[in-house]
Amino acid sequence: MIGEHLPVLVVVVPLITALLIPLLTRAWRGTGWGLVSASLAFSAFGAIQLLVEVLRTGVPARYSMGDWPIPAGIEYVVDELNGMVLVMIAVAGTLAALWMHQSVKREVLARARRSYYTVFLLFAAGLMGITITGDVFNLYVFLEIASITSYVLIAMGKRKQALYAGFAYLILGSLGATFILLGIGHLYMATGSLAMLDIAERMANDPALYSSSVVRTSFAFFTVGFAIKMALFPLHAWQPNAYTQAPSGATIFIAATATKVSAYGFYRILFTVFGPRFLLDELPQIKEAILLMCVAAIVVGPLLAIRQKDLKRLLAYSSVGQIGYIMLGVVLWSADQTHLDGATGGLMHFWNHAVAKGALFCVAGALVYKTGAARVADLAGMGRHAPWTSAVMTVAGLSMIGVPLTAGFWSKFYLCTGALEVGRPAAIVVLLVSSLLTAVYVWRLLSLVWFAPKDAEVKVDGEVPWSMRLPALVLGAACLYLFFQPIHLDIARAAAEGFMK
Amino acid sequence: MRTESVVVRYLALRAAPFIQLYALYVLGHGEDGPGGGFQGGVIFSASFVLLALAHGWPFGRQQVNEKVADILAPTGALIFAGIGVLTMLAGGAFLEYGAFAKAGAEDPEAARLAAQHIGLIGIEAGVMITVAASMAILFFEMSRPPRESKGNDA
Repeated sequence: MIGEHLPVLVVVVPLITALLIPLLTRAWRGTGWGLVSASLAFSAFGAIQLLVEVLRTGVPARYSMGDWPIPAGIEYVVDELNGMVLVMIAVAGTLAALWMHQSVKREVLARARRSYYTVFLLFAAGLMGITITGDVFNLYVFLEIASITSYVLIAMGKRKQALYAGFAYLILGSLGATFILLGIGHLYMATGSLAMLDIAERMANDPALYSSSVVRTSFAFFTVGFAIKMALFPLHAWQPNAYTQAPSGATIFIAATATKVSAYGFYRILFTVFGPRFLLDELPQIKEAILLMCVAAIVVGPLLAIRQKDLKRLLAYSSVGQIGYIMLGVVLWSADQTHLDGATGGLMHFWNHAVAKGALFCVAGALVYKTGAARVADLAGMGRHAPWTSAVMTVAGLSMIGVPLTAGFWSKFYLCTGALEVGRPAAIVVLLVSSLLTAVYVWRLLSLVWFAPKDAEVKVDGEVPWSMRLPALVLGAACLYLFFQPIHLDIARAAAEGFMK
Repeated sequence: MRTESVVVRYLALRAAPFIQLYALYVLGHGEDGPGGGFQGGVIFSASFVLLALAHGWPFGRQQVNEKVADILAPTGALIFAGIGVLTMLAGGAFLEYGAFAKAGAEDPEAARLAAQHIGLIGIEAGVMITVAASMAILFFEMSRPPRESKGNDA
């Protein structure tokens, strides 16, 4: 019986648990962490089940709320594309929840501690809702849930700057969400529908819609709105502060998933709702503009990361670059729609970046746990005293560069072949330059960790507790596993074929 | 800061229960007319805002038990989600209220409509509880007078 309801349960179980936590923790203090972990583990299990089922049958799983058929009702649809993102969110959420048990006391503002777990879980439910829904307005509702809770999560950090970071993100994030809402409004005005598949059908049946200025305006709003929410260069200003100031447990989760979910939103709106032909036939110049923004992000992100003194900020700037790789998948494909390597690479990077950046932020969190701050200089000599954590950092760092034997290699490989396929060899040069720049800052970290002079003062003088080491090790191992067993290659390929139909 | 006008103070005190009654009326009409849980909840908590404006912040605060409001805010949303879970247990889709209808009813369509009625009122009541409690919490937290003026208020 649970099987048929899984699409709704993966969202509703964390949602209900989030509401139960403030009630239950009144009677039993300290149950919050267990409830968060258990409900996210359930969602992870459900999401994997759904993805396996979709891959086995090749048909999307669809679920109508209240048994109302579209376009009247809200529908949840799981296909290869969002099944992949859903698994990423739920697994990253579970690992981040397991990780943060020890650090909440040290890193979350005392008077916010009671509501921390509720907000964290609502955030997770919001992200999963954005991903799974097949209704554009429902997408906006979940986007608001995820946005508002993420502002709060960031502001819960202990330092005063956390309030500023949260507020700055609130202003920019609300702007982005408003743009997306305006996009939805214009789309509704032009097509009279809110269900994604229904809008797509109406667009396909009425060629006049493509050239209508209302539809184009709607697309412009969507593009800018999602670009702000995913921190695509040059709209990334909110992101480094937010990642730096948020409590480490929240940062792991936000960095591994939040901007990617917005990138997914853009993929979904562009390919499923508007259709790939829209970008190609109607707005080729916009495609070029997005490509330019991606290239700028890919180069500028690591450039800014190199000179950071704070590990969390360094990783945040590296994320600015990495989102560019994901968005390259949106533009590296061609008119005959058989060249899917670019899109495949972009989609694979969802998982590759999630595991690598998740692992790196686990290490940054461990540094904060040990020293109280995330100063890069304090990494000196960590390799001798915390070999596990340092090993995770090494593997994940190499994966960020894209070295073979780590997962990151595959996304760059497919983005390169994709660039060749569509006749844009210049993109390969950009990817190589960015890999070199990434290597510079990763090497800076690794040389401190492993090759610090013997007499250097060692700040990290031991391992963190197992509850923090284990999630980091799982993510680090995933960086290796996904190279040897690229299970996400088939999923990404199937997803790319799905939306290029 | 309570108002000096005795008329305003008296009227606010007498109007509050009627405002709350009206909130329930709006809740009941949400199904087939303008209104519903959200509006009802806002109107309900507006009665506390009125009391706080006319009689001062501390008086308004006293009318809303902090602990009860903290418990009610998530409870209302839980009622909403819980009804969704119940519909699934009854064999329908999430929030398919028709699933509550008795299987062997003489007129299945009428039974389904009646069940939808109950389900809808249920979730609207949940929305109203959450909205009323959250609005009250928000108002009293954000309008809390600064510490130094506390003496003047009481």
